Amino acid sequence: MRIRQSWTIAAALAGALALTSCGGDIPSTPPSTQAPCGTVNIAVNPWVGYEANVAVVAYVLKTKLGCTVELKSLTEEVSWQGFGSNTVDVVLENWGHEDLKKKYIDDQKVAVQVGATGNKGIIGWYVPPWLATQYPDITDYKNLNKYAAQFKTTESGNLGQLLLGDPSFVTNDESLVKNLKLNFKVVYAGSENALIEAFRTAEEQKKFLIGYFYEPQWFLADVPLVHVNLPAYTAGCDADPKTVACDYAPYTLDKIARKTWVDLASPAVNMIKKFTWTNEDQNKVAKDIADKMSYDDAAKKWVDANPDKVNAWLAAG
Amino acid sequence: MTTVAVAARSSPWWRRIGRPGIVAAILLGWILLGTVLQGRDTLGLPTTDTTALHDRFTAVRDWVDSHRNSSPFFVYFVDGIRDFVGGLTGFLQDLISQASFGRPVPLVGWLGVVALATFGAYAFGNARVAVLTAAGFTSVGLMGLWQESMDTLALTLAAVLLSLVIGIPLGVYVGLSRPVERVVTPVLDAMQAMPTLVYLAPLALFFLIGPPAAVIATLIYAMPPVIRLTSLGVRQVNEASMEASRSLGATRWQILRTVQLPLAKRTIVVGINQTTMAAFSMVMIAALIAGPGLGQVVLRALSALDVGRAFTGGLGIVVLAIVLDRVTTAASERAEATYRASGGRRSENTRRWLLVGGGALTAAAVYLSASYYWASTFPGPTRGGVIGFTIDDAVNAAADWTRLNLHDVTSAITAVVSYGLINPLQALIAESPWYVVCAVVLALSWTLAGARSVIVASVCLSLLLASGLWESAMVTLTSVLVATIIVVVLGVIFGVVLARSPRIDLVVRPVLDAAQVLPAFVYLVPFVGLFGPTRLTAIIAAVVFAAPVVVKIVADGIRAVPSAAVEAGVASGSSRWQVVTKVQLPLSRQAVALAANQGLIYVLSVVVIGGLVGAGALGYLVVAGFSQSELFGKGLTAGIAIVVLGILLDRVTQAAALRAQEREHRLTGDAEHQFDVRSARLHPAPGLPARIPTGRVV
Repeated sequence: MRIRQSWTIAAALAGALALTSCGGDIPSTPPSTQAPCGTVNIAVNPWVGYEANVAVVAYVLKTKLGCTVELKSLTEEVSWQGFGSNTVDVVLENWGHEDLKKKYIDDQKVAVQVGATGNKGIIGWYVPPWLATQYPDITDYKNLNKYAAQFKTTESGNLGQLLLGDPSFVTNDESLVKNLKLNFKVVYAGSENALIEAFRTAEEQKKFLIGYFYEPQWFLADVPLVHVNLPAYTAGCDADPKTVACDYAPYTLDKIARKTWVDLASPAVNMIKKFTWTNEDQNKVAKDIADKMSYDDAAKKWVDANPDKVNAWLAAG
Repeated sequence: MTTVAVAARSSPWWRRIGRPGIVAAILLGWILLGTVLQGRDTLGLPTTDTTALHDRFTAVRDWVDSHRNSSPFFVYFVDGIRDFVGGLTGFLQDLISQASFGRPVPLVGWLGVVALATFGAYAFGNARVAVLTAAGFTSVGLMGLWQESMDTLALTLAAVLLSLVIGIPLGVYVGLSRPVERVVTPVLDAMQAMPTLVYLAPLALFFLIGPPAAVIATLIYAMPPVIRLTSLGVRQVNEASMEASRSLGATRWQILRTVQLPLAKRTIVVGINQTTMAAFSMVMIAALIAGPGLGQVVLRALSALDVGRAFTGGLGIVVLAIVLDRVTTAASERAEATYRASGGRRSENTRRWLLVGGGALTAAAVYLSASYYWASTFPGPTRGGVIGFTIDDAVNAAADWTRLNLHDVTSAITAVVSYGLINPLQALIAESPWYVVCAVVLALSWTLAGARSVIVASVCLSLLLASGLWESAMVTLTSVLVATIIVVVLGVIFGVVLARSPRIDLVVRPVLDAAQVLPAFVYLVPFVGLFGPTRLTAIIAAVVFAAPVVVKIVADGIRAVPSAAVEAGVASGSSRWQVVTKVQLPLSRQAVALAANQGLIYVLSVVVIGGLVGAGALGYLVVAGFSQSELFGKGLTAGIAIVVLGILLDRVTQAAALRAQEREHRLTGDAEHQFDVRSARLHPAPGLPARIPTGRVV
């Protein structure tokens, strides 16, 4: 009895599959494409500024060049591994990472640099705007010890709390605190989400908070955090992480792509090589994305308003 | 027995006040020494510093990286596995989730998938779960999560298929051979007990990121239940049935095929249910290494702090998990029923006709979904679906309101719990010199759990010392202990309430099921908004995660107390409170012990997630090691340290519970309502509905 039942099911399924080959309005052969663009796998690193780059590049690739775009949400380090496994074709906003460049570009030769994005990256310590307004001298690191007691939290013992964010970001903060003789303890928020949520709450509730942050970042459009000045950066002052006592180096953000993919020299490769824009451009798109606009809608809005820039990316050669 | 009992009673006074007294003395000594020597020899290590051991792990990673394309081991073996798993997963995605075979849409569209799933649920289960399946699949479509759900389904299906193909034969083999069992069991323990985020980095190292690695990670976690339950099923077949066929001259193979396997069928199907649910609990983890699906929705929403969208994504996971759970449970009940007796002739006939008719309709639906766009792509807006954004907005509004209005209350709670409980405890555990803590742990294990535990404890402590992460381990231990205490207290309170009122149980149980499957990632952001990036936030997340299991185990344990005992209590004029505290709780003491042990393991399994919201210590190090290349070795070591901490706590508490049980046994001679703590040994199952042997054993 059981056997007959299984046969009935099998027969029904076989019949269904046999039927799938004819009729209907779905074409069974791929539509012919004008350019051999194929699929582009873009890594999406976990911050919204990055997503803005992705949104616009993906939109242009899809609508102007007819490519298929696959997005992969990954952390920075993991994205680089994707070059070796052919799962990632391009990283659209890279912050420094000299070690990864050495490993994947120089040693393994699976990745190549494909130019700057035009964005300038700043990393440093920030305070919520209300704090900078009420205590203007707080933005100089020399005065931080004066306020250390107010920065104290349940997590920092007798010291002030310096909040760090996403573990995948490069930081020297423990050394900085020690070398600048600050009465602060580094506390790890553990993720960018936790960090932003903490800053948002601090501004809403007028609480003391100082933490690691960076620009360009959409959140700054919501809550314009204020940069705290550490001793100015000079070339090489951060060479030894043990003795570093200066602000973070400014970053020229760039794009990294998979070597074998770049060798295809497809129109998509050409477009991504040429892609550059400003911090202001990125913040506009990022804000829209953070306000829950879809990638495509946010990108379309910006692309329609900036045809010249887009055309420059699409120029041949 | 009697002599022992008498001996126990007539022993000297220090023996009689014995254990509690000794424990109190140890704790007192610890507090005194800890205060005097506070801050000395705590073996702290700055977060960005590494030891030689960590650097060696990192060097191994670099070696693997640079030999990946040349060593035959990688080129043929590792990449071979990768390609095979990737091929299988890709094929399933071609069928239901991605454009394939030169078409702009997958082969089987939404109508076909809903029809197939519903038909399958009816064929293997019953009409009720069929309706549930249709409703569940349609609702994820309405939430605008169709394609992501199908990706998740394809990935889970690939992992479950591979688990069964490997796990069932292996389980049979283990079931037939005791020596093999002794070798395999500890391996299975390790596979399940290790926090999944811990082996993610090494796994990505070998298999690189992408769907194959996601399936393999899922496989490692999901395979043990089916192996365990298959071997249990095979072994359980009673000697009489086997002897009967043996006397008829059946060979070993014939006995296996005609007696053991058919009789074990039901248990094996329970194993399939467990494996499916375990695979499903890995959806979020899979997303971290580029596995497509619902996990990606949640991760992406979180990076924009869109709590509502993250919740909706999580809800999709919950809906699919509950559907799969109910269908596989119904399938195991059907397996049981067909084994017992082939029920009423008439209902069987009706059912057969329904199957034929349903099969034809399903075939038609599959055909339509392969040929027409309307049946292929789920109707409604592509983003957010028909109702998705409505849910998002409601949740976001609720989250915003809570953050704005409850912040004062929650920061007061944070202050009270942190200064009153967490900080003092951490000062004692993490800021006492390491030798004091070691001595205390060894003394406590000796007193409570016996000499054998002292060996386990000293091995674990030495490993923690060797890891170079002693102080971090102690900070994590503090949080784990606090979370476990809260979980057990809540578990007992709510367990009693649930057990005493079937009506509340009816309402609360589905909520507990859902809470267990909802990924912790979903509620992390609102918790940070309320409690800040603190250890308490991590503790609360762990409590929310572990509480459902603990509540269920306690409730089931209390319900299993014989009604005669309860009635005797009521008849002798006890108040309701007295019945609970004097009859029900003492008689379900083992269930409470098991619940505490499970609570502990569940809490440990989310230590890493706690690292994402401010718990720092080991959890943070694992996360950092996963994302920063220089910290790879340190992160890996931190992962191992979590496992060691888990083994230490698990073995010592188990041994202590076992000893307490034996002692009670000896004193009362009461063998009823005892269950063997060892055989009820359970394993962490993040996100599993605990319809595991747990509840049933009790």
